[in-house]
Amino acid sequence: MNPSFSPLGDQAIVIELGNDINAHTEQLVRKVSALLESRQPEWMIEFIPAFVTVTVFYNPCVALYENVQMELAELLMHPGDDLAVEFSTVEIPVCYGGEFGPDLEFVAQHNGLTPREVIDIHTAGTYSVNMIGFAPGFPFLSGMSEQISAPRRDSPRLRIPERTVGIAGMQTGVYPIETPGGWQLIGRTPLRLFRPENEIPSLLRAGDKVIFREISEEDYHTWGGEDPDAENP
Amino acid sequence: MLKIRKSGLQTTVQDLGRTGFQKYGVIASGAMDPIAHRLANLLVGNEEQAATLEITLMGPVIEFAEDANIALCGGDLEPEIDGVAVKMWRMLTVAKGSTLTFGEPRIGARCYLAIAGGIDVPLVMGSRSTYLRAGIGGFQGRALEKGDLLAVGQMTPQQQKALQQNTENEFDWLVPPVRYFDEPVIRMMTGRQFDVFDADSKKRIFNEAFAVSSNSDRMGYRLEGPRLSLETPAELISEAVAFGSVQVPADGNPIVLLADRQTTGGYPKIGQAASVDLPLISQLKPGQQLRFKEISLANAQQRLIEQEQSIRELKAAIQLKWEEWT
Repeated sequence: MNPSFSPLGDQAIVIELGNDINAHTEQLVRKVSALLESRQPEWMIEFIPAFVTVTVFYNPCVALYENVQMELAELLMHPGDDLAVEFSTVEIPVCYGGEFGPDLEFVAQHNGLTPREVIDIHTAGTYSVNMIGFAPGFPFLSGMSEQISAPRRDSPRLRIPERTVGIAGMQTGVYPIETPGGWQLIGRTPLRLFRPENEIPSLLRAGDKVIFREISEEDYHTWGGEDPDAENP
Repeated sequence: MLKIRKSGLQTTVQDLGRTGFQKYGVIASGAMDPIAHRLANLLVGNEEQAATLEITLMGPVIEFAEDANIALCGGDLEPEIDGVAVKMWRMLTVAKGSTLTFGEPRIGARCYLAIAGGIDVPLVMGSRSTYLRAGIGGFQGRALEKGDLLAVGQMTPQQQKALQQNTENEFDWLVPPVRYFDEPVIRMMTGRQFDVFDADSKKRIFNEAFAVSSNSDRMGYRLEGPRLSLETPAELISEAVAFGSVQVPADGNPIVLLADRQTTGGYPKIGQAASVDLPLISQLKPGQQLRFKEISLANAQQRLIEQEQSIRELKAAIQLKWEEWT
């Protein structure tokens, strides 16, 4: 680990763990997050992991920037054994096309495929959660096949219903809450990604793997009648 | 109980924000002017983080269903109780059946109403702040509307005693009001991507005035002024942002990120406003101007420590007053 440190204003410090997005840097981000979670330095308020950085928010009345930097450098140099992190693979059921995925046809046409082929390719992949951000519980997923990539819409939709699955460029993701957005919409999941009533309010965590499974519209609706958490404890 | 007779422009329940959930993409929220929020709470004998109402520009009409001790701090929106102008930055006793109204925003944009006992709404992820976009927290996850009934939390014995005594005249004692400015100078540290901006932009950000655009809200203030540009176009990898981050999207107009900012962002950050000056930004109305002046990190932290020290002193002074009264 060869971290570099820089301030984000007077109450946060950015730990930079690499220059580009790759598996090694991601691994370091996971490790540093786990370390901060277990050690909880007294000056720390909270932290935000991203693609190549972990930003630590702290109380300057408890420790000034120089001290925080020194302590973090020390902490990262001797990380100890509390770094074993376990991640889960989460299956996300999706009802593709129809009113849930009005842009499935477009994504197919854009790539010279049938909608069926788009679904098969989308469900064949294993995706990594690089980071949670943009919206509560929103996963930035990598690992989508280039065969189904599609540009953003020219004019964003003002309202995308929560739990809609979309594609933008080489990315795929699920909107956890209703929001405006420019992604191409291909389906919807009955699973809630944002669970404000839970101690950990996000279904997914950075580092988790995601697979998508196709379900019928009937399954989608019966799913809605059950407790989604019962299927994914 | 508080009855909302008219909604006003945007009144929301806020506290000091949601801490510890930004790693799950949950925004911090909380009072835009945390100093005014804290002082209002301290004046009525609450904890600093008790929930207050954040009242924006055009205030609501609020009827008090019971006697209450309240305080109004922050922007001067011309508050009146039963048609009589009332002072801010001090505790006021309001009789059952009285109505609080507001006039024109004179100085500042946001006024905080604290009530002894605090606004009683459920804690969501450790906070009572309203998260408008997710529709959670605060009062039913939304801004207040006509007809809403807000419960007031349990008062401490001391707060109850103060209310029973109803010794309004004795409360003629106020905290020194925070001074807001029509064209504030905001102290700002250079941002993490300051060096990717061209020489001209690096100069102009500190030398010219920027106006708050009408397209501004609790999430951020869009600024209009000289367009800022990068030395060479660069793709940035998304990373965390903070309250007061000044980011510059492709159109060259900077945005100051505020209480309802997203947790992460991909635009280059030219600067970061000093925490002590954040209330001065939050109290600006659309159309008003601000200027940036450079401050070092060490200096900004020193100012923040001094500010916290003076709040601690005020807190001690208020507690002494409370002991005299009760």
